[in-house]
Amino acid sequence: MLTKYKSLWLSILVIALGLLAIDLISGIRPDIIFKSIVISAFGSIYGLSETLTKSIPLMLCGLGLSLAFRSSVWNIGAEGQLLMGAIGATWVALYIMPNVPGPILIPVMFLVGAIFGGIWALIPAILKVKFNLNEIIVSLMMNYIAIELVNYLVYGPWKSPYEWGFPYSTKFPLSAQLPRISNTRIHYPTLIIAVILAVVFYIILNRSKFGYEMRVVGDNMEAARYAGLDISRVILLVLILSGGLAGLAGVGEVAGIHHRLRVASGISPGYGYTAVIVAWLGRLNPLLIIIVSFLFGGLLVGGDAIQVSLGLPGATINFINGLILIFLLVQSFSRGRASLTRKRRSEV
Amino acid sequence: MGRILLMKGITKRFGNIVANDRVDFELNRGEIHGLLGENGAGKTTLMNILYGIYTPDEGDIYINGTRVNIRSPYDAIRFGISMVHQNFKLVQSHTVAENVALGLKDTGFFYPTRSVERKIEEFSKRYGFKIDPNTPVWQLSAGEKQRVEIIKAFCRDAKIFILDEPTTMLTPIEIKELFNLLKLLREEGVSVVLITHKLDEVMDVCDRVTILRGGKRVDTVDTGKVDKEDLARMMFGQDINLRPRTQFVSSFEKDVVLEVRDLTVLNDKGLPAVKDVSFDIHRGEIFGIAGVSGNGQRELIEAITGLRKVARGSIRILGEDVTNMKVKEILNRRVAHIPEERMRLGIVPSMSLEDNVILRNYDKSPFSNGLLLDYNVISDYARDLIAEYRISAQDSKVPAGTLSGGNIQKLILARELSISPVLIIASHPTQGLDVRSSQQIHNLLVKKKEEGCAILLVSEDLQELLDLSDRIAVMFNGSIRGIKDIEEVSIDEIGSLMVGV
Amino acid sequence: MNIIVDILKATIPAGTPLLLGALGEIYVERSGILNLGVEGMMIMGAVSAFGVTAITNNVWLGILISSIVGGGMAFIHAFNSITLKANQTLSGLSLTMLGLGLSGLIGKRYIGMPLPVKLYNLPLGALKDIPIIGHVLFDQDPIVYMSYILAFVFWFLLFNSRFGIELRSVGESPDVADSAGINVSKIQYLAVIIGGMMAGLGGAYLSVAYAPAWIEGMTAGMGWIVLAITIFSLWRPERAIIGSYLFGGIRVLQYRLQPFGISPSLLNMLPFIFTILVLMIASREISRKKISAPSSLGVPYFREKIL
Repeated sequence: MLTKYKSLWLSILVIALGLLAIDLISGIRPDIIFKSIVISAFGSIYGLSETLTKSIPLMLCGLGLSLAFRSSVWNIGAEGQLLMGAIGATWVALYIMPNVPGPILIPVMFLVGAIFGGIWALIPAILKVKFNLNEIIVSLMMNYIAIELVNYLVYGPWKSPYEWGFPYSTKFPLSAQLPRISNTRIHYPTLIIAVILAVVFYIILNRSKFGYEMRVVGDNMEAARYAGLDISRVILLVLILSGGLAGLAGVGEVAGIHHRLRVASGISPGYGYTAVIVAWLGRLNPLLIIIVSFLFGGLLVGGDAIQVSLGLPGATINFINGLILIFLLVQSFSRGRASLTRKRRSEV
Repeated sequence: MGRILLMKGITKRFGNIVANDRVDFELNRGEIHGLLGENGAGKTTLMNILYGIYTPDEGDIYINGTRVNIRSPYDAIRFGISMVHQNFKLVQSHTVAENVALGLKDTGFFYPTRSVERKIEEFSKRYGFKIDPNTPVWQLSAGEKQRVEIIKAFCRDAKIFILDEPTTMLTPIEIKELFNLLKLLREEGVSVVLITHKLDEVMDVCDRVTILRGGKRVDTVDTGKVDKEDLARMMFGQDINLRPRTQFVSSFEKDVVLEVRDLTVLNDKGLPAVKDVSFDIHRGEIFGIAGVSGNGQRELIEAITGLRKVARGSIRILGEDVTNMKVKEILNRRVAHIPEERMRLGIVPSMSLEDNVILRNYDKSPFSNGLLLDYNVISDYARDLIAEYRISAQDSKVPAGTLSGGNIQKLILARELSISPVLIIASHPTQGLDVRSSQQIHNLLVKKKEEGCAILLVSEDLQELLDLSDRIAVMFNGSIRGIKDIEEVSIDEIGSLMVGV
Repeated sequence: MNIIVDILKATIPAGTPLLLGALGEIYVERSGILNLGVEGMMIMGAVSAFGVTAITNNVWLGILISSIVGGGMAFIHAFNSITLKANQTLSGLSLTMLGLGLSGLIGKRYIGMPLPVKLYNLPLGALKDIPIIGHVLFDQDPIVYMSYILAFVFWFLLFNSRFGIELRSVGESPDVADSAGINVSKIQYLAVIIGGMMAGLGGAYLSVAYAPAWIEGMTAGMGWIVLAITIFSLWRPERAIIGSYLFGGIRVLQYRLQPFGISPSLLNMLPFIFTILVLMIASREISRKKISAPSSLGVPYFREKIL
């Protein structure tokens, strides 16, 4: 019988084995790797600023995912929703309002990006509500459609004539480029939006009517039904919000960092998936998510750094992320919360 | 003939409910033995123990004189026991042959359906049925599906067949065919346990019958030596007393609050669960519906509360047609609903008492204004209700699931009754509760009645119904029978109506 | 004409890793489990096969080890999903991340290294001479032939064996299977491990026959296409064959159609769009139980305890 103690030991064993694997395979001791990551991510002003920069999309996506997960809606399409937001921002900046001044242009970019992301999430939402389709599968598939869409645009109709055939869109006009904190890549408008929204959603989740509905639907859908709550409405709204937040992250990336649209892998190295861990580790608590995003941002920065300093492949961070996730999974059994799943009527 | 099965001293508890209390049950070879009792009497639990779905806390099982340990259906099947469940355990999209072959060990690894097809044809020939082994199960009628279940048991060389309420979904002709089949099986030395609450069937096809009540065995008798009235009396007991009605509230005009007319409602399988039901409930009246669970009560309540679509007929509340309205719309017309399963349907166990107490009216002022909830008001409200309804909890912020059953039910009542309802739908309100909590719940309901509420009380607890109802009806097989004023009713009569006499 | 035959012939190897992965994943999902770790298992299969082959000069040993590695990873997923009854989505994603990462670490030393032993095409004598079809189907490498056999075996077992009936029942109605005395967990473990082994095999094919080489992240999202094919085929192996070669063919066509102005990215979207469409069309038939489908993908099975 798997007791809570045994699973605690098991989760520690998982970590130990993982560290051992890194040691044996790469030839580098895990504590050296760890130190390298920490120092590069948090040990210098530059590192901290990069960490903060990378934490912005994690915050926004993580926030969106936590809303969905809280309502027992398994949105794993944040990656695609982010990219759609990026497309939306690019569209506005380059094709819709290229000559509009910044103070008007930028809010519109954010708005359109959020709408694009929201619509992208709306599709699995409608399919779930109308056809009872499993949102995990649909949102996952939509990720890859979005990735290909971005790639199509930058290799095709939106490819810049000024970039020697490289898959970039035209550079954004200055008015579409988000201001940064000097000497860093921190596009602070997005950061401010992220923090404000985190607080807003914390309030919404815990103190608003809609947040209440989300929590009831997430914790006991049957009781929600019996009390007359409109479950479909909750699912639709939650997914739209979730997608919208990821869309904002996408706007931030193209308008704040790259100042153009590029291939999907250049815009997001899997932020949407890392955000899943962030959302879960952040205990689906908006304020905790900000902190966790920062930590994982540091992990990403560290991951880049150890490629250079220790010669480790970039995939090492994936390994660490996966290890953390498994650890959390196994360990949560010992806290009796292994099942984030809830019994649901049979779905396709 | 010889005894094939003996269950001795079987006791099974779920929490502080004793589902089986030192029950003895024996079965002879070549016998059809009825297991009779109301729901909650323990008959399904007893057979689930025999089939390995539960393990008993105390007691032993002997098969052919040898003590056996049955820990799972796999063991039960090994010992020659086969169970035909009420909701058929069949994979709808698979063929008959595939379903029958499922779990059989001697069919060979490849093409397992071939040997099974042979057995199916043999069975069909022997007992005069026609079942095409290659038909997908979803295309079959209820009677045919049941025959597939029996073929399954037959192919496992079962010597003991347990049939759980087998006639619920069958037409009269199919019932007759089933009983003929059972009698033929009996000739071959097979033993059948027939779980039922229908006395007609017991008298029709059973050799002996064991009656359970309240988890205990009442008696085991030959069906030739008793009549239906005897059985009904044994099922419901002599210790039910008709208390003198304290007052029959007549100070209100006999306004009709709930009017149900010619209501037909389909169940999940698309068959009518509620058939042409009509009744009225007046202000200041408790209208009780007696009956064993599964006779359409759930679907009736779901239709009235908006949780299920109505196929035909109408429902009116205070004269307004509310048929097929959404749940929220009906509840907003001051209808209170106390659902049958309090943990699963009545509360959100992980959320606080405060959050649970506003489940109905969180979107109305003063609990919310604009977009936000006012937790100050909500806390006060929760505290007041906790005091008024005497719910024992540390404070209003603990998760509702940590309360005891009785307190959870009081919480639900607090929430529902405080909206000043005109109509209360109470479904098995004291199920699984201790005596004191039950009493408190009863008092609350009576108080509301005296204030002029109309109450629909659905329950299997006959004592409760007799204590509280002003008028009482029996629901059997989807129809309402015998609506009577409480003074004019006798227990025997109700009991008989409940079991289809 | 020759161009078409060449394209068709190239489609087969392109679709083979997809087919291998999909056959396995069909079994996994048929048991009611959702495995989002296919990508991680495939790439671990790829790197294991390459590494073992490079060290031992034995391609077949590499292939064998790769399927064991895939199975091992799948065992972890099975443990999480079946025994711990944890969230299958998270478990699968974690294994994908783990697999991508670990393979990167292990594979670093193999980047740019040529494979010492190559797997050559094995034209099957007389069969190869059948016009068109012979050329396309029977002038391939041994693993492709293996995939033909495996496709048949997986299909046959699923519908004509005792194991197949049990597997399908476990996925569609675990309570029915339980009631018939079947060990639901055992079947699920078996199905998940088989799925992992096949995913590993699919990955091995990439690094040891198709490329052959080791490139970090070389599966490039094939795992997700495998998932799409699994659903697109509505969990039927014979349809997975069509789906795998169809989507493999799209990959082959990608670059050939580019000069004509058809964007490869748009083509790449098609598998995923098709999958969603198929799901939409089939949903009604599935919910009416007319089509066989695993009923609660991703939801753990608890033997119901009433009360």
